[in-house]
Amino acid sequence: MEKSLEPILKDLQGKFGATYEEFRGELHCFVKAEQIIDALTLLRDAHHFELLSALTAVDYYPQNAPRFHVIYQLTSVSKNLSVQLRVPVNGDQPKVPTAANVYKVGLWRERELLDMFGIEFEGHPDPRRILMPDGTEGHPLRKDFPLGYEEPQFTFNYEEIDLRKPYVKE
Amino acid sequence: MGVEQKLGNMGVVTTTLENVVNWSRTNAMWPMLFGLACCAIEMMSAQAAHYDMSRFGMELMRASPRQSDLMIVAGRVSKKMGPVLRRLYDQMPEPKWVIAMGDCASCGGVFNNYAIYQGVDEVVPVDVYVAGCPPRPEALIHGVLTLYEKVNAMKLVEKPAEAK
Repeated sequence: MEKSLEPILKDLQGKFGATYEEFRGELHCFVKAEQIIDALTLLRDAHHFELLSALTAVDYYPQNAPRFHVIYQLTSVSKNLSVQLRVPVNGDQPKVPTAANVYKVGLWRERELLDMFGIEFEGHPDPRRILMPDGTEGHPLRKDFPLGYEEPQFTFNYEEIDLRKPYVKE
Repeated sequence: MGVEQKLGNMGVVTTTLENVVNWSRTNAMWPMLFGLACCAIEMMSAQAAHYDMSRFGMELMRASPRQSDLMIVAGRVSKKMGPVLRRLYDQMPEPKWVIAMGDCASCGGVFNNYAIYQGVDEVVPVDVYVAGCPPRPEALIHGVLTLYEKVNAMKLVEKPAEAK
């Protein structure tokens, strides 16, 4: 881990009791969902992390506690540092407070997470789907979402598929 | 200045109305300026100087569906693009035709997943399918000429005996 990351880690450990992992020199800090807004605000204001460069999630299905990690990848342009905050959340209907008031980009990133993983962000001003059309059922990037595989049409099963393929009417 | 000066007086040519209408339809078939993915690159290439689709009366890509006769679906159609595509199709004046260009538009291609229509024929009726990933410009031009054959065989009025 880089030397300049150590005071940041100390601060997070002291204020939020954060645990951490190190992976190839990168710092991953685990914080609780109810602390994430304070942690992001602290990193933005006291440690010059101006940029929320990624806000994403991982589904650890079939594990249920935690089922998801919500991942905040922060970049400090002025100090050339990056740090990752991870929020483990349990269950199929996870809720995390919105980060849109700390980083504006959260407005769209959180809509993407709602769309793809079904993670609800409490306090989000506009919680709609962003990628899939309205009326889509389920959340495509969840591991238990069906792959949506349709059987390819070959010579041997041409007619069988032709009969049930939903061709459009004029 | 034209062919009549070289050939002399050509006089009168007799033909059927059907032939004239179909000839004018095929020789001024304007495609819609509209590409969805990498197939559009090949479509542009087919339009450009080297392959020169204007030889077949297709020099004008129309940016408005209201002025176009042919929709070339060049690329995969996502579930979110489907309604948009259908709306463009509905805005085109009759008679209108659709070419599904490439594997993705024809049958989903390699994108067998939740986001992509497994063939644009689930959204709009397709006249000609062009295989390839992406098809070469020659293949697209062959598809267009195949469509011309279809158009040339069209009847203006269906004979009562053949009517369904």
